[in-house]
Amino acid sequence: MVTLSSDTRPIIGRGPPLGARFFFLAVLSITVMVMDHRGGYLDTARLWMSAVLHPLNVIVDAPHSLWDWLTGSFADRARLREENAELSEALRIARTKLLQHESLVEENRRLRELRKASQGIGDRTLIAEILHVTVDTFRHRVRINKGADDAVYESQPVLDTFGVVGQVARLDKFTSQVILISDAEHATPVQVNRNGIRTIAMGTGSLATLSLPFMTAESDIRVGDLLVSSGLDGIFPAGYPVATVTKVERSSADTFATVEAKPLAQLDRDREVLLLWPSTPADSPAAQSNAPNAADKAPAEKSPVNNPSTESSSVESSVPTQTGRRSDAELPN
Amino acid sequence: MVSDGRIGSLRVTISVALALIFAIVQLPDAIEPARPELLLLLVIYWSLSAPRLAGLTFAWLCGLAVDLLAGPILGQHAIAFLLVAFLTHKFQLRMRIFPIWHQTLTVFMLLALYEFLVFWIDGIIGPAITSWMRWLPVFTSALLWPVLVAVLDTLNRRRR
Repeated sequence: MVTLSSDTRPIIGRGPPLGARFFFLAVLSITVMVMDHRGGYLDTARLWMSAVLHPLNVIVDAPHSLWDWLTGSFADRARLREENAELSEALRIARTKLLQHESLVEENRRLRELRKASQGIGDRTLIAEILHVTVDTFRHRVRINKGADDAVYESQPVLDTFGVVGQVARLDKFTSQVILISDAEHATPVQVNRNGIRTIAMGTGSLATLSLPFMTAESDIRVGDLLVSSGLDGIFPAGYPVATVTKVERSSADTFATVEAKPLAQLDRDREVLLLWPSTPADSPAAQSNAPNAADKAPAEKSPVNNPSTESSSVESSVPTQTGRRSDAELPN
Repeated sequence: MVSDGRIGSLRVTISVALALIFAIVQLPDAIEPARPELLLLLVIYWSLSAPRLAGLTFAWLCGLAVDLLAGPILGQHAIAFLLVAFLTHKFQLRMRIFPIWHQTLTVFMLLALYEFLVFWIDGIIGPAITSWMRWLPVFTSALLWPVLVAVLDTLNRRRR
């Protein structure tokens, strides 16, 4: 039989009684929870406390970084040459595609000025690395190696080279948590690229599936349609690819069709992601109605979307409440 | 055991740091949901074997660290850790003389209480994860308890 080693000294009569200490700390925890959840009053405190724990993240990620560095340093020559050839090929193709980009950007800017539209092109980006650290076993969150010190802000859009990855959910000093678009608590306002129908794509908790619950049975959507961000939430700028529709099921008995989509971003394979600073804040209703209250501390949540009658009106009505805080960190380009 | 000496606190600190690392290191997907709550087991262990060193504040700080690294809000795991530590301290004198299977059963119940409290707070702040898999750590942690006690007791005896 194994028994615990014993500490025979009395524990009675030292300091306040156990119950009192428990009560005090419990009240403190509840206060902390309410303050953190309701108003984000503890953001600064959290920044510093997380900075203290940052070495743990570094230690856990270190073997992977080391491995990356080793494979990078000792890659053999043939592979490097091959990779180089591939990359220059890819670059050539991209250059050709970009030939007209400049003039198109200029044209776009002129047209938008004419329309007094607020969206701009030419957002600032920063590459961030996903740390090999578990944030939450059951939720789709990852930790990236850029934080408040890199001017990252809460609910900042995160992309990869294929599409929208998610948004910054919680900010620490040197790292931040990103909630993926596939998380069950995340909703992304999207529009069908082909015809501009607006709707909301919700995470399902599975990496390969988003669900579009607010498409009526009559709406014009097909398998293979590209969904791009609509920009209505004031978080994701308009026009970034989000997902492709993989399943449309209409039954005459139901008002809404069952629509599923597959995220374009490589949510499970990414090692590097892009943080995006939109160049002009979307002048959407979201940007104005922005009291930093409790609900929008968490990224675009499902709850505000209540019982819409058609998909377009649902988007319109839900957007003012469904938003994260706009950044104060509006950075010069 | 030199529980209030410098060696004792050093030992506790190192074990807590290792447990925190274990809490965030990536495991294969298959066993990820069953990750044992090593830090909580350590808090119980140190509360039993070095109660003056590992008091309620210690447990609370451990919980706060978990919140910072992995929790949705601050204070959630802190209060759950606090409750477990409180009960452990309350029944400390009895738990220490329990036979190991009895002790494991008690720890199992503490773990279940802990998971329930975390689950409850999850439900208050947003849609909670209702998958049955979130209860797996209760079982794996309880199974780990006798092993942990054996290892740590051996280490502590040798160092004494």
